[in-house]
Amino acid sequence: MNILLNGETRDVPDEINLDQLLEQLSLPSQRVAVELNKTVVRRADWTTTKVCDSDTIEVIHFVGGG
Amino acid sequence: MSDIFTLAGREFRSRLIIGTGKYRSHDEMKAAHKASGADMVTVAVNRVPLDRKTESFLDHLDPSMHILPNTAGCYDADHAIRTARLAREALETDWIKLEVIGDPITLLPDNEQTLEAARVLVNEGFIVLPYFTDDLIMAKKLLDAGCPAVMPLAAPIGSGMGVQNPANLKIMREQLPDATIIVDAGVGVPSDAAIAMELGADAILMNTAIAESREPEQMATAMKLAVEAGRLAYLAGRMPKRLYASASSPIEGAIR
Repeated sequence: MNILLNGETRDVPDEINLDQLLEQLSLPSQRVAVELNKTVVRRADWTTTKVCDSDTIEVIHFVGGG
Repeated sequence: MSDIFTLAGREFRSRLIIGTGKYRSHDEMKAAHKASGADMVTVAVNRVPLDRKTESFLDHLDPSMHILPNTAGCYDADHAIRTARLAREALETDWIKLEVIGDPITLLPDNEQTLEAARVLVNEGFIVLPYFTDDLIMAKKLLDAGCPAVMPLAAPIGSGMGVQNPANLKIMREQLPDATIIVDAGVGVPSDAAIAMELGADAILMNTAIAESREPEQMATAMKLAVEAGRLAYLAGRMPKRLYASASSPIEGAIR
């Protein structure tokens, strides 16, 4: 299935949850946050939150800024 | 003399808040941070790159620093609110520097969207520090919305033009004597910071003036001193301005 992850279309396995998604893509899991279809998903809920086809997901971290 | 800067119940040693952007290297940034004496730094929220491994930028910050995430790059209230919520989740902080930009050339704030976002975020328990145009009425509205401080610009972000409208800052200080006013953006040199503090700002937030200087560590020291000097001068109270001279030495008794 296809999802829109950080603005890029990605083909990911069915039945994957957010925790597994981050792991599969080797994304950092500390001091990041995940938004699923414009709603923040708490870290504690990553393993129980399934990713669905056409989902829009944002994974953010911090960079230098003013 | 005790002159502690308190913001939302938290005490800060320094009245200088500094950014983390535009430094040429992490080491240069760390040295500048240390020299500045600042104990609060801003960071930006950004998409994690998917194509390469990234280390955590936060690892390059002194752990004793209070981290203030911003909503830079947001052009409407909705984006800023989403960004603030993400920052809170990732950093476990309620503090947010609210920045809603109105146009990419000037990076001037969209005050209307800023106020809208501030109301929503305050309601959600955020400590909202809004960047806005140096306007008294807007400051009142933001304070009424529950912001613990207001952050008027001195000049556009990264312009280094200094305090463009000192009268606006002075009026804001006089009309809102109990408000916490943090001048955010536009400082270019230490004298700009000193002027803002002399006008009664409680603190200054800057990034480019230090990061883009030739020697950021030295400039950070200079900014620290300027903020302190300006603060002391404000507390000391300036002499009145006069159109004509007023002799410092006694006129009577001078030889003729």
